[in-house]
Amino acid sequence: MSDAGFPYLSLLTGLPLLGALVVALLPRTRPALAKQVALAWSIAVLGLALATWFAFEPNGDRFQLRESYPWIPTWDARFTFAIDGIALVMIALIAVLVPLVIIYSWDEVREETGTPAKRSVHAYFALLLALQSTMIGVFAAADIFLFYVFFEVMLVPMYFLIGSYGGARRQYAAVKFFLYSLVGGLLMLAAVIGLWVLGGHTFDWQRLTEADFSQGAERWLFLGFFIAFAIKAPFFPFHTWLPDAGGAAPAGAAALLVGVLDKVGTFGILRYCLPLFPNASKYFAPLGIALALVGIIYAALLAVGQNDLKRLVSYTSVAHFGFIGVGIFAFTTQAGSGAVLYMVNHGLATGLLFLVVGMFVSRRGSALVGDFGGAGKTVPVLSGVFIVAGLASLSLPGTAPFVSEFLVLLGTFSVYKTVAVVATLGIILGAAYVLWMIQRTTHGTPNPQMAKVRGMRRDLSWRESIVVGPLIALLVFFGFYPKPLLDVINPAVAYTLHDIKKEDPAPSAQEAGK
Amino acid sequence: MHASAYEVLASAASGTLSSFWLLIVIPAASGGILLLLGRRADRWGHLLGCASVGVAFVLGLVYFFQLGGLPATDRRATLDLFTFIQVAALKVDFGLLFDPLSAVFVLLITGVGFLIHVYAVGYMADDPKRRTFFAYFNIFVAAMLLLVLGNNYVMLYIGWEGVGLASYLLISFWYTRPSAATAGKKAFIMNRVGDAGLAIAIFVMFANLHTVSYDGVFANVDRFTSGTTLALGLLLLIGACGKSGQFPLQAWLPDAMEGPTPVSALIHAATMVTAGVYLIARSNPIFDANPTAQAVVAAVGAVTLLIGCIIGCAKDDIKRVLAWSTVSQIGYMFLGVGLGGGAYALAIIHLLAHGFFKAGLFLGAGSVMHAMNDQVDIRRFGGLWKYMKITWITFGVGWLAIIGIPPLSGFFSKEPIIAEAFDRPGWAGWVLGFAALLGAGLTAFYMTRLFVLTFHGPERWTDDIKHPHESPPVMTVPLMLLAIGSAAAGALMATPVQDWLNPTVFGVEGGEVPEHVHLSHTVVTILSIAITVLGGLLGWWLFRNGTSLQEQPAGPVVTAARKNLYGDTVNETVFEKPGTYLTRALVYFDNKGIDGLVNGLAAAVGGGSGRLRRAQTGFVRSYALSMLGGALLVAVAFLVVRLG
Repeated sequence: MSDAGFPYLSLLTGLPLLGALVVALLPRTRPALAKQVALAWSIAVLGLALATWFAFEPNGDRFQLRESYPWIPTWDARFTFAIDGIALVMIALIAVLVPLVIIYSWDEVREETGTPAKRSVHAYFALLLALQSTMIGVFAAADIFLFYVFFEVMLVPMYFLIGSYGGARRQYAAVKFFLYSLVGGLLMLAAVIGLWVLGGHTFDWQRLTEADFSQGAERWLFLGFFIAFAIKAPFFPFHTWLPDAGGAAPAGAAALLVGVLDKVGTFGILRYCLPLFPNASKYFAPLGIALALVGIIYAALLAVGQNDLKRLVSYTSVAHFGFIGVGIFAFTTQAGSGAVLYMVNHGLATGLLFLVVGMFVSRRGSALVGDFGGAGKTVPVLSGVFIVAGLASLSLPGTAPFVSEFLVLLGTFSVYKTVAVVATLGIILGAAYVLWMIQRTTHGTPNPQMAKVRGMRRDLSWRESIVVGPLIALLVFFGFYPKPLLDVINPAVAYTLHDIKKEDPAPSAQEAGK
Repeated sequence: MHASAYEVLASAASGTLSSFWLLIVIPAASGGILLLLGRRADRWGHLLGCASVGVAFVLGLVYFFQLGGLPATDRRATLDLFTFIQVAALKVDFGLLFDPLSAVFVLLITGVGFLIHVYAVGYMADDPKRRTFFAYFNIFVAAMLLLVLGNNYVMLYIGWEGVGLASYLLISFWYTRPSAATAGKKAFIMNRVGDAGLAIAIFVMFANLHTVSYDGVFANVDRFTSGTTLALGLLLLIGACGKSGQFPLQAWLPDAMEGPTPVSALIHAATMVTAGVYLIARSNPIFDANPTAQAVVAAVGAVTLLIGCIIGCAKDDIKRVLAWSTVSQIGYMFLGVGLGGGAYALAIIHLLAHGFFKAGLFLGAGSVMHAMNDQVDIRRFGGLWKYMKITWITFGVGWLAIIGIPPLSGFFSKEPIIAEAFDRPGWAGWVLGFAALLGAGLTAFYMTRLFVLTFHGPERWTDDIKHPHESPPVMTVPLMLLAIGSAAAGALMATPVQDWLNPTVFGVEGGEVPEHVHLSHTVVTILSIAITVLGGLLGWWLFRNGTSLQEQPAGPVVTAARKNLYGDTVNETVFEKPGTYLTRALVYFDNKGIDGLVNGLAAAVGGGSGRLRRAQTGFVRSYALSMLGGALLVAVAFLVVRLG
């Protein structure tokens, strides 16, 4: 049953999974074929995502392209897919990032046999496609049980990507990532069951928004979802798994982990916490803002103090998630749209930063900042790209993240002045950690140890420029012209704020003559 | 003499003026091409770089005359290119405004900018990265033009951070030198402190009026409470201080001299650092509405102009002396815009004159460094007038112009500001007036010291220099043109520019004669010429025979001045060191505390997760401590949320 005519969403979810199976079943003697098939498949998904983008009416219904198939009739759980503008931009982000990550990983992942963790090229690319399938599914689901299933299954490919293909501490990081997410998932499962029992024995999102809960029940259910999402996002104080996971994961997987997978947390708050539990959301909003605000300052200071490039970038992301959190819980249209836009822009900017850091790390054979120095002399173009990625990450005007950070802060200021002022201090710290990182790696005279490594004399390759080129182009384009994104985000955010019955404050200055 | 109520004039750009967006796009496109083509553009990159700014200057002239042809009250053209950001009540256009104030800035930026671009062709001739240099230079010009041409505060902010980026890239252009890399980073971060102030000012405007456009804000200034205008004024001032190197954010500017000399001339003397003055002059309806905010601006200007003079007297590095003199001269401009009324235009005139003579002085310094194997220590110069006549004469003109010897430009632009300072009623007039007067004397002293030690007296060169040579024509021709500008500009500009700016931009009627409160204008003129001549003669007499080659022991004042009046020391002890310790402590806390706590909980709950239990480090006590620390952080944040 599909009122869209064409089953965009189930195809978008299923196609990559099929691709994963095909790639996994290709003959093991031909690793190059696996890469080519995976790339072609992801490009096909990108094409389908583009078609979805144009099939979506920005000013149409809140949820569009709805499909619903029976699944578990006794629980009233159905395969229901439908997207609003927020889900649409996230799916588009996934579709853009995955092919680039596949191209990035082309020569980075090599077959390894005989070691305890056997690395297989096939499996790596199959896992990437499987991850893509689950990530699209989690954003496309409009049935809460279906969402929960994708939310949990999403962990599996990422667990293997970190645990089998990561750096030195990959085992520790993978288990930690899995356990943290599992704890969150269990809390959510409890809340999902509670929701089913109290909400009229259904998992349908639309019908659950109409359910009435007692004040106590609503707050407990909110907390179940919120903590699961706060771990996933991650918000302070649940953030410590991210630096380990981001530091140990291969750069391509890290880009997807931080760029997309974590956004399920902030997306979940917007899609589930706010509309389902509007009163509890308002009750707990100060808590959400407080945690996010601590994250902005605390994680930025920690980023300044890191000695490992990938951990550093992970901490910057925790700080950025703080901005998204503040934007969500400020409950104004500017802050809300800014937060959603931030989710997209951060995916592009931090995705780029992780990939460029990966290029440095694989050349040098180390992620320690101290092992670099003066790279601008040996690999000038790569260093230039690194600076561009860093500037986007500190939200320089002219790059897309500026627009979102500006919207979040401006929208927050009209309701929480002091919060916005403190958060604005975060932009100074942002400059500090990015420039300090750039200075220690690319500036100065070339580090003699580093200059001896042959890889550090190989500048940006043709393949790598295909990876970074589109990301830089998108960052600059949306930095000057964010309208295409805002056009689909704005209505969805307006609906969400309508769910919790919040309106923007009027201008505070007196009318003339009064 | 305060501005009348701001009127929004219908002013959509038409005819030739409708293409004035080209001013920004041409240099931006040139910069982009130079960066994207990479080494393929090495051979001709500098030519494209110069040409794009030259074309922008010619276009600027055309638009200027178009604007001048309009009746005085209609002299403004707006252009809304497209909607930049729109979310509910917030609508920010990618909108531009060409009015008398932006017009004079366009001519300064592209005119002086073009001469400095040409000079840099020669100055950077041997640098393997010359093409990159021109790409950054072009990007700077484009960002600076966006800054002065925006018709709302968000456009201004984009240009504002754009010039900060260009400044960062160009200060750390020779990034293999750690001092240059550090100076670039310092400039960017201190600028961001100011940027945060400007950003918050924009938030205040939106929260109050739901608009961020100049017209929307200025037409509704009377709806603000006086607390709001004060807050806005101070926040804008923080932004202005960051960009313009004013107290207390002055420390980055002298370090910025690590960049190549053309950068110092264009960005850190003639244009970017005056953006703070532009911001305050542009926001004049806000400052006019709050005398307290105006007084703070004037006070910052007076304090900074003295700081700059005092430190300038104690420096031996030719570029650092000029840098502190820039700090001090911008102090005069802040004093001017702080005085308000007719002094707005005076500050802008001083800004234009300063753009000419300071650019000329910096380029002259670059020419001297070229001849002296990149020596910058004025104690190792001397007697150069014989060897580089053009540099000597042009630098001499700049020197006389900055200290304000009539009939050169500095006299006509600085002296009226001093007179206006004395016209402020009450004790403030005496304090500001005497500060400005004292500054004039000190300026004459240290600039004469610089001039005499460089070009006159015995030759004190290092042994490796045998025959100093004059620079090639590509460098000396811009020097001569800037010298002509410094000589003539003031006299030519004084009246027409005032009439050009006052009615449309500052709402001041022509022909208003300020009331003299403390001293008559003639007395001030005589006093300022006398103190200038006195300072100059003292400098000449003390340093006519050169100076010792080593730093001599000195009293507390000179020592303090040599150490930049301890500005860096304060930053280090108040921000950097505690910041470093805080960061280290937090890294430890996060690894051992929060992580250990959550791992410990997980292990306790999970029971069997031995892997984690083995990995965790720490004890119950440290968990308790970190729980307390974390709770404390959240509690503080809660307090912030409760504050609103």
